[in-house]
Amino acid sequence: MKKLILYTALLGLPLLSQAQAPAPAPAQQQPIALMNGIAHLGNGQVIQNSAILIRDGKIENVVDATNARLALDGYEVISVEGQHVYPGFILPYTNLGLREVDAVRSTIDDAEVGDFNPNVRSLIAYNTDSEVIPTVRTNGILMAQVAPRGGLISGSSSVVALDAWNWEDAVVQEDDGLWMNWPSIYRRTGWWAEPGPIEKNKNYDKQKADIESFLGSAVAYSQGGKPKETNLKLEAMKGLFDGSKRLYITANYAKEIVEAVKTAQKYGVKNIVVVEAEDALYVQDFLKENNIPVLVANLHRLPDRPEDDVDLPYKLPALLQKAGITVGLLYDDLKSSRNLPFFAGTAAAYGVEREEALKMITSNTAKILGVDDRAGTLEKGKRAILFVSQGDALDMRTNNVSMAFIDGRKLNLTSRHIELYEKFKNKYEAQPGQ
Amino acid sequence: MKRILLPLLAAAALLLQPALAQENFPVNGVSDNRPQRYAFTHATVVQDYQTRIEDATLLIENGKVVAVGKNVTIPPGTTVHDLKGRWIYPGLVELDASYGLPPVEEKPRASRADGPQMETNTPGAYAWNEAIKAEYSAVSDFNAKDSEAKALRDLGFSTVLTHRHDGIARGTGALVTLADDKSHNVIINPRASAHLSFDKGSSRQDYPGSLMGAIALLRQIYLDSRWYTSQQEKPFVDRSLTAFNEQQRLPQIFEVKDMLSVLRADKIGDEFGQQYIIRGAGDEYQRLDAIKATGARLIIPLNFQPAYDVSDPLDEMNVSLADMKHWEMAPYNPMLLQQKGIEFALTTDGLKEKKDFWTNLRKAVKYGLDKQTAIKALTHTPAQLLGAGNKVGALRGGMLANFIITSGDVLEDDATIYENWIGGKRYELKAMPAQELAGMYRLDLGGNTYNIEISGPADKVKFRLMESDTTGHDMNALVGENLINLTFSPAPKDTSRTQLVRLSGWWDGRNWKGLGRNEQGQEMPFTLSYTGPAKERKQADKKPAAALPKPGEIPQPFLAYGQVKPLEAKRYLIKGATVWTNEAEGIMQNADVLVEDGKIRQIGTNLSAAGAEVIDGAGKHLTSGIIDEHSHIAIQGGVNEASQSVTAEVRIGDVINSEDINIYRQLAGGVTAAQLLHGSANPIGGQSGLIKLRWGKAPEEMKIQGADGYIKFALGENVKQANWGPHYTERFPQTRMGVEQVMVDAFTRAKAYEQAWKDYNGLSRRAKANATAPRKDLELEALLQILNGERFITSHSYVQSEINMLMKVAEDFGFTINTFTHILEGYKVADKMAKHGVGASTFADWWLYKMEVQEAIPYNAALMHNQGVVTAINSDDAEMARRLNQEAAKTVKYGGMTEEDAWKMVTLNPAKLLHLDGSMGSIKAGKDADLVLWNDNPLAIYAKPLKTMIDGVIYYDLERDEQMRRELQQERARLILKMQEEKKNGGDTKPVAVKQQKVWHCEDLSGLNHVHHSEHEAH
Repeated sequence: MKKLILYTALLGLPLLSQAQAPAPAPAQQQPIALMNGIAHLGNGQVIQNSAILIRDGKIENVVDATNARLALDGYEVISVEGQHVYPGFILPYTNLGLREVDAVRSTIDDAEVGDFNPNVRSLIAYNTDSEVIPTVRTNGILMAQVAPRGGLISGSSSVVALDAWNWEDAVVQEDDGLWMNWPSIYRRTGWWAEPGPIEKNKNYDKQKADIESFLGSAVAYSQGGKPKETNLKLEAMKGLFDGSKRLYITANYAKEIVEAVKTAQKYGVKNIVVVEAEDALYVQDFLKENNIPVLVANLHRLPDRPEDDVDLPYKLPALLQKAGITVGLLYDDLKSSRNLPFFAGTAAAYGVEREEALKMITSNTAKILGVDDRAGTLEKGKRAILFVSQGDALDMRTNNVSMAFIDGRKLNLTSRHIELYEKFKNKYEAQPGQ
Repeated sequence: MKRILLPLLAAAALLLQPALAQENFPVNGVSDNRPQRYAFTHATVVQDYQTRIEDATLLIENGKVVAVGKNVTIPPGTTVHDLKGRWIYPGLVELDASYGLPPVEEKPRASRADGPQMETNTPGAYAWNEAIKAEYSAVSDFNAKDSEAKALRDLGFSTVLTHRHDGIARGTGALVTLADDKSHNVIINPRASAHLSFDKGSSRQDYPGSLMGAIALLRQIYLDSRWYTSQQEKPFVDRSLTAFNEQQRLPQIFEVKDMLSVLRADKIGDEFGQQYIIRGAGDEYQRLDAIKATGARLIIPLNFQPAYDVSDPLDEMNVSLADMKHWEMAPYNPMLLQQKGIEFALTTDGLKEKKDFWTNLRKAVKYGLDKQTAIKALTHTPAQLLGAGNKVGALRGGMLANFIITSGDVLEDDATIYENWIGGKRYELKAMPAQELAGMYRLDLGGNTYNIEISGPADKVKFRLMESDTTGHDMNALVGENLINLTFSPAPKDTSRTQLVRLSGWWDGRNWKGLGRNEQGQEMPFTLSYTGPAKERKQADKKPAAALPKPGEIPQPFLAYGQVKPLEAKRYLIKGATVWTNEAEGIMQNADVLVEDGKIRQIGTNLSAAGAEVIDGAGKHLTSGIIDEHSHIAIQGGVNEASQSVTAEVRIGDVINSEDINIYRQLAGGVTAAQLLHGSANPIGGQSGLIKLRWGKAPEEMKIQGADGYIKFALGENVKQANWGPHYTERFPQTRMGVEQVMVDAFTRAKAYEQAWKDYNGLSRRAKANATAPRKDLELEALLQILNGERFITSHSYVQSEINMLMKVAEDFGFTINTFTHILEGYKVADKMAKHGVGASTFADWWLYKMEVQEAIPYNAALMHNQGVVTAINSDDAEMARRLNQEAAKTVKYGGMTEEDAWKMVTLNPAKLLHLDGSMGSIKAGKDADLVLWNDNPLAIYAKPLKTMIDGVIYYDLERDEQMRRELQQERARLILKMQEEKKNGGDTKPVAVKQQKVWHCEDLSGLNHVHHSEHEAH
């Protein structure tokens, strides 16, 4: 045991001794005017020559600079001419800050043991000093919904802004909703390297019954006035029935999606979001009729079935959007989650109009998470969470974040990656013959 | 001729007669050897699959055939069976059984907690590998067991080849009959065959953990057994090697699980001068041409699947098109093999229910299998394959009296097998009515005559009152051995006449006769007399529905987006495109490219080429095809032979899977070539397979001819099993220190090996004759190739220390590492890499998933490139490979590469790393026409391939893809309808199972029946 600890400690050392995540930026002192950039408002509109005024951490105004007469005395005026301005991208359903190194168990804090853990809260485990956070910001991701996973009901997520000294400072919305993993109807046989045919999950009925029983108890508990004995789990469920919390349900096969939503509705859950939803296409009418928004998982995945259109995952957002469903995009793989903007780019390449695709990582997501009153667009009164890119931020070829703001605070955009890059670039440049 | 021979044969048969009871056994009581001579007369005898004799006699005595023919003299004292109307066939021969053998002990699967099993658990002086059980001899274990024999006997089989289905080299099989007798008496040939497979069976030894490992092991066993045998004085005793060598002259039967493995097995046979008989899986129709080319004779199951229950569309969508089509096509497999001229035997093995055998066989006949071929596949072929054609498989004098008696043509639906005679002993399967009645009859009743047809075997006859030659009405009949009762309406069409004619009579030896009452109840005599056979009419009676159903189309590969017709190379002129040449010309605007004979012929402006198909390139971008330096698609049976630290002997090229949908998906992403790499679970992995994504071609045709040989090495956490959990702490190495020593040791051994051969080859002819050649070792051969610059290393690597280490090891042994792959800390030692001359193939932006990637940065590619390292961006991922253009674009973002240089990272640079830049990687006259036409700048996320061409063949075309999607829908709809009809007609259905496709990554540890794996699918 000692040996193991020692080993882990040794491996951990370089992590700690090297580049730290940069310090959070100080509070905004002076109003800022971002002038002449191409503003993508995140609501579908673009202002080709914009003026974006930021004061006291909020967006004071967004106007067309071509005609507006602006009094900018006292403003820090920053020209972003030719550059693109976007609302900060939102990464929903992420374990950012809850997990550092997949292979090292001690760095993993994203899944609690047991089937029903609605009382578990991701926010308090969210590590603002994670080395990963600075690396997603440089692609334009400035907000995240930090969510637990595992079990049938995993716990509650919170929405955070990605520049903070600690989790309390990071909050955009505390405990925005609870997470449920709808059991699979199908169960894979064999093992992963030699998968057998997929069978019906024999435990499905039981797991579904467990969920129903739990929801039933939660409803009863919520209606019973002050309980004699506090039940932490059921207490945590209350917000689902009065609409103050959302229920995010991960489900993939078509029937699972329907069963999940119908079950939640049966027990009076008000705000339901379907997550992952690889087969959402086949129940699009159901989702539309029930006004269920969808957080679509990894666009950069293989089609589920050999006969699927080869580009089916790429065009899924377009197909759902066409059906009238509110779509947000998520990236369920921490190591690559900084590539979320390129999911939107892919959606745009496969049928979604570009500004609509942008909404899928900004305003749609904000709306789905219930923070659209504060964030998600470049609009007057919202929190000044935004960034500037030298080119189209949805395309890796041109995404190049030159500055970013959270509540008007101009972020230090360095990261371990940039520091290591500089370190070795300098090494080689200093070598003779370079 | 026959008549002259017959007495001679009969005499010969008598002379050869063995005693009926084993004569060395003491008898309890008085001797009781009864006369055992039988004659079967007036039967239709199928003497062999191509000779049918009507009204013939079969004479047998003491378990052997004496004579067959029309004019056989029946000696006095013979029991005679009149089989008028009945048929006799030679007894059927089953080549795939484990009859009489104890069941293979199912050892529990090793679990992670068990740790590795490095050595064999077989006690004794046997092979080092537990899957090599060549020493096993079925006859030593064989115990005749009537309860087991009965199952096959009831189907009409009398002879089976029994062997133990366990291991890669399975030892010998015994040819035995299914008679209810002592083991001593039923064994026809105690050593009839040798058996092989790719399945390690009950062995829980780690090696081999993959299909390619099984193949490598088998190869080495051939070499080892030859080497071992060649020595006068053995250096040690290995009874498996001795046995393996001794088996080489026996018929070799190789069991495989799918049609690609038929090709694989045959290839190994070719290497070692063996033509295997291959026990296939029933899917051979999917690659008929390639299978025909093997020249192998096959043993084929009739394991047709029930239709899927497709009534629920949300479930039905989870059935793959390939599975649906296989349901439809499997019954055509025997017919298609026959049509192709591939000889095969049929087996009952693989049937879920043995009783389905005849149903399925008759189905195959309905689906076009020639009856003669069907009988041949159950008699002649299996007998011949075992060299037992003089004993079984036909009915000729001196052969075993193994035959079945049937009601008629046994391949007709209503046929009954009454008796199965084995070695002259009778086994009744179904009581045989006194006689067959089928035929045309005339009923005379009170001055009226009626034509009556009797059909079906005697135990289930059908009477019909005939209106014409072809139409008639059913009659009610009760027939016993002596009595008959018949009722019918004499004018069945006239509904006003409801009264029935009723007859009751008896058999007078020739006809039925008796007393009847007509419709009015009047009493009158009747006779029912035979007028002739009914067979002429039978043909015409066939309903149109019973006509040969048309087989579906067979796309290649056999799955969605497969090609029904092979795609062909054409002359193409691509006009007015933005051409990314990757050459000095850079990116040419408005340029033309001419493609001819699979090559790029010319690049320029305003080209014209009469007869060439013109492709409009205006507003589009033309590039050379993407080359993925690190891929694991199109691999079957595991990507890692993770069991040993050094597995240089395994070859990805042995296990290429042409039926992988990801080939097509990657064509749709502009990929034209890939290095299929062994995984990274051990320091020295296996040899690579370099392929072009020639969708539809067989595995061998996908390989790049003349490409250099490559091999995978790996360093760091994977090879030291750092993330395999607490139980994997045994295999050396467990540290980076040990990894170096594995490398040094391997090359040191290879050098010693080389020296040993040099010494041997340098001996005088005389000395050589007295010396033993060194053992040929495929692992060391591969390592030696590296030392001699004939094979090139792609090494998985992460941190700078290990990168530097491997370069130093190579330098000490005088060679250069070709490529570091992953190489995520390459940026820290890029200057040293440039100096060593090694290239890099890396991810654009992966990091984080384990400790050794904590300092991985997305600027890595740019930093290495800037130091002069030839740098490529690879996928190691079936999904990412279809977006490698985007991954290349990230080097523009991270590190400021120019777009031209970024693009080379997925085209020219990987071509250089794979030594393919002479023919690929750029758009240059004379190079292969491996081209992609894009709708946009290929580095843009908005770019899509419109066409992907390899060797001048357009393998992917966006418009054709859309057309194929529609056709796919139609094909599914057609099959779904067909399945629904099957269900409606009472056919079996099975619930839907989802086809999950395995996508390999380089850390996937195992492909065979083994369990250890890393919990996180890290890379």
